[in-house]
Amino acid sequence: MFVELGHFALILAFAVACAQMVMPMVGAWRGWRGWMAMAEPAASLQFFLLAFSFAALTYAFVTSDFSVRLVVSNSHTLKPMLYKVTGVWGNHEGSMLLWCLILALFGALAAWFGGNLPETLRARVLAVQASIGVAFLAFLIFTSNPFLRLSNPPLDGRDLNPLLQDPGLAFHPPFLYIGYVGLSMAFSFAVAALIEGRVDAAWGRWVRPWTLLAWLNLTVGIALGSWWAYYELGWGGFWFWDPVENASFMPWLIAAALLHSAIVVEKREALKAWTILLAIFAFGFSLIGTFIVRSGVLTSVHAFANDPERGVYLLAITGVFTGGALALYAWRASSLQTTGVFGLLSRESALVANNVLLAVSCFVVFLGTIWPLIAELIWQRKLSVGPPFFNIAFTPFMIALAVLLPVGSLLPWKRAKMERVMKPLWIALGVAFAIAALIWVVQSGKTLLAPLGALLGAWLVMGAVADVWTKTGRGGLTDRLGRASRLPRADLGRVVAHAGFGITTFGIAAMIAWEVEDIRVAQIGESYDVAAYTVTLRDVRDVEGPNFLSTTAEIALSRDGEEVAVLLPEKRIYPVAGMPTTEAAIANGVFRDLYVVIGDPQVGGGWAVRTYIKPFANWIWAGCIIMALGGILSLTDRRFRVAAGAPRKPGAPVREVPAE
Amino acid sequence: MIRAVVIWLSLALPAMAVQTDEVLDDPALEDRARALSAELRCLVCRNESIDESSAELARDLRLLVRERLVAGDSDAEVMDFIVARYGEYVLLSPPATGSTLILWLAAPVSLLIAGGVAFAYTRGRRPQAQSEALTADEQARLREILDE
Repeated sequence: MFVELGHFALILAFAVACAQMVMPMVGAWRGWRGWMAMAEPAASLQFFLLAFSFAALTYAFVTSDFSVRLVVSNSHTLKPMLYKVTGVWGNHEGSMLLWCLILALFGALAAWFGGNLPETLRARVLAVQASIGVAFLAFLIFTSNPFLRLSNPPLDGRDLNPLLQDPGLAFHPPFLYIGYVGLSMAFSFAVAALIEGRVDAAWGRWVRPWTLLAWLNLTVGIALGSWWAYYELGWGGFWFWDPVENASFMPWLIAAALLHSAIVVEKREALKAWTILLAIFAFGFSLIGTFIVRSGVLTSVHAFANDPERGVYLLAITGVFTGGALALYAWRASSLQTTGVFGLLSRESALVANNVLLAVSCFVVFLGTIWPLIAELIWQRKLSVGPPFFNIAFTPFMIALAVLLPVGSLLPWKRAKMERVMKPLWIALGVAFAIAALIWVVQSGKTLLAPLGALLGAWLVMGAVADVWTKTGRGGLTDRLGRASRLPRADLGRVVAHAGFGITTFGIAAMIAWEVEDIRVAQIGESYDVAAYTVTLRDVRDVEGPNFLSTTAEIALSRDGEEVAVLLPEKRIYPVAGMPTTEAAIANGVFRDLYVVIGDPQVGGGWAVRTYIKPFANWIWAGCIIMALGGILSLTDRRFRVAAGAPRKPGAPVREVPAE
Repeated sequence: MIRAVVIWLSLALPAMAVQTDEVLDDPALEDRARALSAELRCLVCRNESIDESSAELARDLRLLVRERLVAGDSDAEVMDFIVARYGEYVLLSPPATGSTLILWLAAPVSLLIAGGVAFAYTRGRRPQAQSEALTADEQARLREILDE
């Protein structure tokens, strides 16, 4: 019964979205305030209906209602409760409902917090957001309905894929979706601004918090996925340039470019056309990503659903929205007036360079991802484009960005002199080179990768420190620290995010360059050395879990005679799904991860054991979390809570500054 | 849905890849084998290299690579041997021949084009150089104001 109500709420939400799509847009065009004003309650209603619908589906999963087809294919009575809940979005239909829910959430947030937007703009933004909702709700209801029932409910379900019964992967979709779908808000703002025919500093300020919110969640989502792959897949790889990974990475790159470009619109009323284009493409890539993931058009380990029919719908949605927005842009771009002027060496031109690097790198990833399709269609060549290509093609862009970043963040607006900018940075550069040289000497004989990574990472972090340092005026350290803490949050956020980027860069380089792998057959009780550690296979036993059977090994690691860790790697079989998984055991540390995997029993006795020492592995994801933290800091900046150009309240005390 | 389940079951299981009995005795040869394996695609998996995948075919290919290396082939010869038998689909990095050149050149070319456009745009937005000195009229006006 509850499930039926959920289904009905879904259909109602679709109807509300249709109304919300048409009425405010007409109202804004004709100046009918009543029609414009219906956008807010419509957005709230749409959100509450979809929230109810999602709750109904969750209820069906939690109570293991096997009359719902989706619950049968993705759940089981013995499954732990956490995964019963996360199983709601661990499949195509449920995750599409989550997508629509978050779309409605952003619309509702814009309605609740968008009080400082001009009436017509707010109405148009909500109308465009609703139009995206209409398209996806139609897709959901007509092709991927999560509430379909089975006439003969079975006694038990077919269990969730064991790979998804995992904390990292359970929470990876919600974060990713807040990211992907949040970019729809930037898209709505861009299209609404084009329809209005006005993009100005105020627009730049309004679009930024939405993009920040989306971007920082996307960062966390990608980091979670990468971290999951690292500990689950058994050999500590964390990025494979898989089409689905690329599908999440491309919007991230464009969103990062959009974030920076919007600053120029806000502060200097320049780069308007570029920013609008970036906003359109950010969501466009989200849509393309959805299409790639759900249509089965590209082979991928992550492939979610492989229905070509659904793929056609998604491609059509992508084409309509991206194509429509670009057509609108072509028609209206001439009405965007740019007033800011800036020199060849200035913060604006540094941000232009940033735009170019991020956008071109995104284009390269995109081309590499769809190349197998193109090659097969046009030249009938069956090709693979995998990590070797992407590593060679993509990395130089990141290196270029890392080199330019600290200089760019210190450049003043409009015009700059190189000598003045570099003054605080010479020390940063010196420290970075010193660290790199030290590492080069200490690591004797290995590749240049780690020293280069250290150079770039230290340059980025020291550059961030220099950024803060130059803004703290003169005086002693305590004075400077005090002033630094009182800096606007946007400045602190920028510094923290850039430092996080440096930490991730170093972590990636260090781990790839310095990791140690050991594969061997070990007898129970045997000890052997891997790098500085002594590994002992103590015992192997069979253990029963809630919905799996496990073979667990007990492996002790010690260093210089002292026991460092006792790890319990497992090989599990989930009988219902019939799938085995490997659970690596990891001893997490600040400076290294110890990673142990148990393999098959060998014919002559003994077990196959793989041991990895992965230095600085956690710096990769710590850096991503720090980037997201920087985003949160920026988001709480005061200027987003004060309306742009708000009239001063009458009677408020005005602090007079006496003329001298 | 059945289709998806079947696909998952045939998916290369996320377990160990290189088995202990495949590891060559000569560490230099083993390193070369690992490097080459990372560039070869597992043909029955969904987008994994033979180094990562634990499918049967991946194991066979790994053994084949090691066999050729032990027989004295150079890296290029081993790759050619495998491509001759499995087609260029097995290479994870597409060879820069014919149409694939477009892919390889896309990065530097688009960077140049985008950079050029950006440069031209930035030059167009340069502030006009102002003359520092005042004109004769302006100087006269200034004197007037100062004398008031």
